[in-house]
Amino acid sequence: MRGLRLALNYLRIGVLNEFQYRANFYIQILQTFIALATGLIGLNLVFSQTSQLGGWNKSELLAVMGVFITMGGVIRSAIQPNMERLMEEIREGNLDFALTKPADAQLLVSVREFRFWQVVDVLTGMIVMAVALSQMNWLISAWSVLGFFSAIVMGAVMIYCFWLVITSTAFWFVRVHEIANLFEGLYAAGRWPIDIYPNWLRYGLTFLVPVAFAVTVPAEALTGRLTFQTWIGAFALTIFLFFVARTIWKIGLRSYSGASA
Amino acid sequence: MKRYFDYYRAMMKLSILEQWQYPVANYFYMIGMVAEPVIYMVVWSAVARQQGGMVGGYTPGTFAAYYIVWTLVRNMNIVFTPYGWEWRIRQGQLSMSLLRPMHPLHGDVAYFAGWKVVVILLWLPLAFILSLIFKPELNPTLLQGVVFFFAIWMAYLIRTMTLSLLGMVTFWTTRVSALFELYFAAELILSGRLVPLSLMPEWVQNLAWFFPFRWAFGFPIEALVGNMPANELLTGLGMQLAWILFGAISVSLIWKVAIRRFSAVGG
Repeated sequence: MRGLRLALNYLRIGVLNEFQYRANFYIQILQTFIALATGLIGLNLVFSQTSQLGGWNKSELLAVMGVFITMGGVIRSAIQPNMERLMEEIREGNLDFALTKPADAQLLVSVREFRFWQVVDVLTGMIVMAVALSQMNWLISAWSVLGFFSAIVMGAVMIYCFWLVITSTAFWFVRVHEIANLFEGLYAAGRWPIDIYPNWLRYGLTFLVPVAFAVTVPAEALTGRLTFQTWIGAFALTIFLFFVARTIWKIGLRSYSGASA
Repeated sequence: MKRYFDYYRAMMKLSILEQWQYPVANYFYMIGMVAEPVIYMVVWSAVARQQGGMVGGYTPGTFAAYYIVWTLVRNMNIVFTPYGWEWRIRQGQLSMSLLRPMHPLHGDVAYFAGWKVVVILLWLPLAFILSLIFKPELNPTLLQGVVFFFAIWMAYLIRTMTLSLLGMVTFWTTRVSALFELYFAAELILSGRLVPLSLMPEWVQNLAWFFPFRWAFGFPIEALVGNMPANELLTGLGMQLAWILFGAISVSLIWKVAIRRFSAVGG
């Protein structure tokens, strides 16, 4: 409970901070608009040549794109900024400030930053999903809705765990900044359902970088494809990844030796 | 002339030595970059297979060739960014280069050209692995190979000029990121980076002729991968040369006006 209050307080500070820079809001809208436009152009180019791709039709792929944009917004507003700050602090040695505070260090380093304007992406993605659903005549059951929301949450947790593991390697390798670039490249694969990728890549995008669970599985729920087995699998993997991430974080913390702060 | 030659040689040597020290960082950057064409390649190969093996004149094999050559051209397209210009101007870093008896653009061109040598060396094993996985169909003639060699370096120069021009907007206003974003979006669509231009609607292809983007990106790839007749290859090189000249002249003209607005001290 105390942890939740702490997180909410940091959230509030993050929002207030961002409100000081309103021009960034318009820049964010423009960026979102450009990303949406290029995404739609890509989608239309593909569907000007074919009527379905890997068993998905155009409105279904629009739903995938909506999930992709929303999840991208979640990552860039709440996950990535925290992890990039953590990387920086491990390198510079001023993580001490967080470690000496009387709260769980993992919780603390995970909630300190919040980029409020990225919420534009979250909303845009939802609008795209709504458009896609209306094209599918709102064929949607209680199971899809439940499946969708739980899959989104699990996907976000998995991406968070992935980032935490990668960031924790900074305790040993120090310079891991290029990882952010690498992740962005791989996350872009989520724009398309992972069924279309060759096997080796599909496994990579499922278990190494959980893009499949972050984007494809929620989209499967929206389009009525989600099976109970997949859902259970996602659930189990979320719990597993969370423990792995926490363990690696704790081991890494032991080799933290910053003393410059 | 000799002065310039010596300067270029020294600067390129310097950047080769410097960048060769960071092979891992360079590689990570490259692998992140490779994800993008691999996605396009997979999507378009899937479309091609669904349409009976060919779409817009490309088969899965030629798509693979297109997007593997893409990775090299993309690397050749990395130049000093407009965001770098913004930083240079905003922070007054330019002051130092202004003290030198040579236009600062020479430094950029030489430094990044040297870096390209390292990048190409590191790219070779990556291209080999990609070729093993995706099996490109690529049988260039000698002429195509020669044209390609010149075309990628000309592409490098075109993009250096256009991005410098874009970056120099910062002399007038420091709110430039929106402009940069729009530019890069237009480039993505009109250059052949998103898809080969032959898959675009007719009017987009015609439009692309009048912008520098395709000459800095799509043309070198098509020169190697496609079946362009000799006269088209030469026309392409001519267009590239025209854009380089146009860019260089614009940069030097605008530079003369712009530099008067630069007021930073120190740096």
